[in-house]
Amino acid sequence: MAFLTDRKRATGLGSAKQGTSHHWHMTITSVALLILVPLFIFTFGRMLGAPHADVVAYFARPFPAIVAALTLLVGFDHFRHGVQVLIEDYVHGPMRKPLILLMICVSYGAAATGLFAIAKIAL
Amino acid sequence: MADVNRGNRPLSPHLTIYRPQLTSVTSILTRITGNALLLGALLAVWWFLAAATSPSYFETVDGLITSWLGDLVMLGSLWALWYHLLSGLRHLYWDTGRGLEVPTAEKLGWAVIIGSVVLTLVTVIIL
Repeated sequence: MAFLTDRKRATGLGSAKQGTSHHWHMTITSVALLILVPLFIFTFGRMLGAPHADVVAYFARPFPAIVAALTLLVGFDHFRHGVQVLIEDYVHGPMRKPLILLMICVSYGAAATGLFAIAKIAL
Repeated sequence: MADVNRGNRPLSPHLTIYRPQLTSVTSILTRITGNALLLGALLAVWWFLAAATSPSYFETVDGLITSWLGDLVMLGSLWALWYHLLSGLRHLYWDTGRGLEVPTAEKLGWAVIIGSVVLTLVTVIIL
């Protein structure tokens, strides 16, 4: 026991058994989104309501396509961790874990659909 | 949880009997905007999918998203996006251990509310 560091003895404790990894993950993705979201607003927003040919030509360019793909990828990852906390706070009993699993599937599904669509337009 | 007798001791105030304050309202709004953004995000994904599929499918989806109801959802999502972004910025600042005094936290709260409305208006004017 004397050979264990304080850090080692704390590992795996706490209600989630994860330490601060969830919080740190949200910090990383939020900083990324701080840059991505404004870029996405002004690229995606410009094309909303535009003719189909213009939209396809615009998202075939590298910058708008990469911004859109990264925003959806990081955004849905940030969402999946955020909605998990929402469910953990308000849903009790047997529905909690199925709901978290459902929202993880929705998040990955939506992100994959978006990435597929952007790739198809861009390539 | 087992219904144990907790005695007749005072309990800490909770949402139902707690007077709403700027700090609590802005915090709750952060959660609401973040989670409600799912709707706008799914609409954006649908829009991309339609654009990747065919011009006629794109016209349908784009028409739906730019209808008056779609515009309303997108305007709300735009504000929610700016609000959640500014509020997240506030959390990153708090994470450094600064700005946690009540007067500062309230000032930051007003900055988030006013800032999100201003940024929404600026975005609508530019786009």
